Amino acid sequence: MAVTDTGQTGAGAKKPSPLFKNLTAKIAAIPMIMTALVVFIGCTLWTIYHSFTKSRLLPAPDRWVGLENYERLWSENRWIVSIENLAIYGACSLILSLVIGFILAALLDRKIRFENTIRTIILYPFALSFVVTGLVWQWILNPQLGLQNVVRGWGWETFTFDPINNADIVIYGILIAGIWQGSGFVMVLLLAGMRGIDEDVWKASRVEGIPAWKTYIFIVIPMMRPVFVTALVIISAGIIKVYDLVVAQTSGGPGIASEVPAKYVIEKMFTSQNLGLGFAASTMMLLSVLVVLIPWAYLEFGGKKNG
Amino acid sequence: MVDATVNAQSGPRGPKPKRVMSSTNIIIYGTLFVVCLYYLLPLYVMIVTSLKGMPEIRLGNIFGPPVEVTFEPWVKAWSEACTGINCEGLSRGFWNSVWILVPSVIISIAIASVNGYALANWRFKGSEVFFTILIFGAFIPYQVMIYPIVIILRESGEGITWFLRLFNEDASAFRLMGSLSGLVIVHTIFGMPILTLLFRNYFTSVPEELFKAARVDGAGFWGIYFRIMLPMSLPIFVVAMILQVTGIWNDFLFGVIYTKPETYPMTVQLNNIVNSVQGVKEYNVNMAATLLTGLVPLIIYFASGKLFVRGIAAGAVKG
Amino acid sequence: MTYSVEIKQLDLAFGSVKVLQGLDLNINEGEFLVLLGSSGCGKSTLLNCIAGLLEITDGQIYIKGENVTWAEPSERGIGMVFQSYALYPQMTVKGNLSFGLKNAKVPKDEIEKRVARAAEILQIGPLLDRKPGALSGGQRQRVAIGRALVRDVDVFLFDEPLSNLDAKLRVDLRVELKRLHNQLENTMIYVTHDQIEAMTLADRIAIMKGGQIMQLASPDEIYNRPRNLYVADFIGSPSMNFIEGHLEGGNFKVDDMVLPMDGYEFVAPQTADRPATIGIRPEHVVTGELVRNTPLKFSVDIDLVEPMGSDTLVYAQLGRHPFRIRMDGQARVNVGETIEIGVDPSRASLFDKATEDRL
Ligand SMILES: Nc1ncnc2c1ncn2[C@@H]1O[C@H](COP(=O)(O)OP(=O)(O)OP(=O)(O)O)[C@@H](O)[C@H]1O
Ligand SMILES: [Mg+2]
Repeated sequence: MAVTDTGQTGAGAKKPSPLFKNLTAKIAAIPMIMTALVVFIGCTLWTIYHSFTKSRLLPAPDRWVGLENYERLWSENRWIVSIENLAIYGACSLILSLVIGFILAALLDRKIRFENTIRTIILYPFALSFVVTGLVWQWILNPQLGLQNVVRGWGWETFTFDPINNADIVIYGILIAGIWQGSGFVMVLLLAGMRGIDEDVWKASRVEGIPAWKTYIFIVIPMMRPVFVTALVIISAGIIKVYDLVVAQTSGGPGIASEVPAKYVIEKMFTSQNLGLGFAASTMMLLSVLVVLIPWAYLEFGGKKNG
Repeated sequence: MVDATVNAQSGPRGPKPKRVMSSTNIIIYGTLFVVCLYYLLPLYVMIVTSLKGMPEIRLGNIFGPPVEVTFEPWVKAWSEACTGINCEGLSRGFWNSVWILVPSVIISIAIASVNGYALANWRFKGSEVFFTILIFGAFIPYQVMIYPIVIILRESGEGITWFLRLFNEDASAFRLMGSLSGLVIVHTIFGMPILTLLFRNYFTSVPEELFKAARVDGAGFWGIYFRIMLPMSLPIFVVAMILQVTGIWNDFLFGVIYTKPETYPMTVQLNNIVNSVQGVKEYNVNMAATLLTGLVPLIIYFASGKLFVRGIAAGAVKG
Repeated sequence: MTYSVEIKQLDLAFGSVKVLQGLDLNINEGEFLVLLGSSGCGKSTLLNCIAGLLEITDGQIYIKGENVTWAEPSERGIGMVFQSYALYPQMTVKGNLSFGLKNAKVPKDEIEKRVARAAEILQIGPLLDRKPGALSGGQRQRVAIGRALVRDVDVFLFDEPLSNLDAKLRVDLRVELKRLHNQLENTMIYVTHDQIEAMTLADRIAIMKGGQIMQLASPDEIYNRPRNLYVADFIGSPSMNFIEGHLEGGNFKVDDMVLPMDGYEFVAPQTADRPATIGIRPEHVVTGELVRNTPLKFSVDIDLVEPMGSDTLVYAQLGRHPFRIRMDGQARVNVGETIEIGVDPSRASLFDKATEDRL
């Protein structure tokens, strides 16, 4: 039987132009496209470009100065202190929140009673603003009326813990507040990862008589690698953004002892009107994010494409 | 050997232990009890301090309960506390925050849910690329983009003014920079990555056959969105709302940069009240103000329970 | 004449993976066509192409003589029923049935009429105000069929509509579906990987493999005269016995046996000698008294016996070749026994060993 070409053609005979295919979806996605292109790519490139210009009160795109802003940045004491603080805060905060988060998750994972209540208590600081956190801890750590005073009142007259006014340890005062606020989040993340592990692993280790702590260290942690990596990336991204906490708790003081890069940038841009330095500093912040992000993205997505 | 017996008794992840007081359990519950105290301490300190009078604070113990309960500090924090010369209390900041919050939450969720829906069900060429940029954009420090956005807001404000004056010579200048609408735009932009991810993942989990059935039934992009998808995704909208309400309420950075003193949100005003250098420090008022600012997210947190956890976990799931 | 559905040189690729290639298929008016094949062979893909839910890479699709290659799914005059039912969870049964009509701006009283008619045909009248969550699987699938029914479409597309149901319900609904087809006389295209469904429902079956149609024929033809080794092996349970040997002068030779193929209908009258495979269905083997009347006789050693109630499956050894036999449920055979079996060459199949095509 020969194929009878009826010659009739309906509306569906013509292939629509690829541009108008899915047109509504494309129009609906315009805000996303604009955000991606204009804000995330456009603004970032704009800032990077202007970090090489002699912008002061106003952006000066035509006054190219090469690396001058960066040289000045790295010779400025305040920036160096900011970076040191970020390094100390970052390293401690990363390690402590992962360790504390993991221990808490492991404790909560033991089928205990009141699990929901305890989780609610540990997580509530995460719902608060950094400003609130900073101000509370500023008050608790108040040397005259706060914790130090109370401990002295108990009879330990020489007890000194004054991370608000002591430039050497002020960053640890901020760390305490930061951990208080963020560790609950890490715990929830890790707990979810732990719950995702096959129950049979536990049965097997129990049959073989391996103690619980060994199971956690040698079996559970390696199995939770992806969750740890995710947590690591999220915590790191948060650390670099630390700003409000410092502003509220110490305003960067005493002196410049608790300055952080995020605060440095805002001040250069909006109060001391040295835009060029601000742009250079923010570009450095971006660079440090990339140092974490690129290896992660490579591990996470790079392998898949080739595989 | 000891480990083994303990194990046999309490058993990892076994059925609920009947004997509550095994030594492992004492350690576990003891540790958790101490931990809970540490986490609750600041909340407790905020509450007791805000209920004390100043003399009592100066003499007493920061952890001690108030001898004489007074609500004076709360009243003062709400309506009289000063930032510099302005002594209107936190109330103005509260209302500013509300006016920022409501449109920001609605607009950002509306836009992100449509984005997520388009990405899940109506992929077009390049849609995944934009989505990837969006997700990576979430990791860019805000400081990098903050200044160019100031310029964009200022220029578009002027552009809109020019446009309005085409029709009406005396139209007043339209401002985006320094106004609430500008801040709404900023919140919409920076909320977009996480919300889009949230909605995309949710809509992807809706069975594809449902979407196909609706197309065979003649529903289009908006028809399927409003008639099929929306009614079945209320929980995820609640999660998004919790995420946005707490996020926007707690914002400080954008509030400082993109508004001016009359339109400062509550967090900025709180910081200005507590950290203002003038006058005697009134710690009870400060703590009342701090607690007031934390109240909105706390209420949402305690009321929403598991949904809040789901919201923050959404930030962790991979796209 | 105009076909109900006409597919010409259809190509479809997901990225670089070609799922359908140069596929031609003509479906007659009122025909019940079943697409049958193993998992991943492209059955659902083909169905989705016909429905317009997948954008094809190349080719043309006509429905009722009209080119619908690029038309919207709703403009094609098709209705579709899915494996997971795909009922809109937040709408009542009535809402589900009328959603498509509302989108097509059908007047209210007309919607009422059509919903009532579909409800009557499918016997779901009492369920109209319930939500899908409050229905059983069988009821849900009826509603899903009703959704296609109310739209008065020319072609029904079914993608494994019964496979989420339990065995008994599946049989009931299968019978109902057959009745529905007799009553409506619409064209129906039905995807399944259940052979019984295919054999019982189909006017014609299309056996698919790797995105191509291996054989398109009536169930009887497919069962008795499979066009190639793949189809022969795919259809029938337990599957056909295959023994490799040689075709020489009209006889099939294997080891030292010579089997005269008298009565076998060759595809080509004069078939040259060549290496070949003979296929014998387990249920076409006779035993006991009947062996005397069959042209081909063998003796086999019994390895294993599986009594299944209605019949008995016997695993045996024919020389060096394993051989399955389906016997009566009452058959008394024991492991280790040697029995006589007989085969009628006209019911066997011969395949070219190289091309695997039927000889
Ligand atoms: N969206 C897609 N992207 C890439 N490959 C796909 C996609 N959908 C299907 N495929 C591939 O196309 C092939 C055919 O898929 P199809 O769903 O048509 O199979 P099927 O015959 O319906 O199988 P089943 O009986 O399991 O439903 C499969 O190999 C599948 O992996
Ligand atoms: Mg399929």
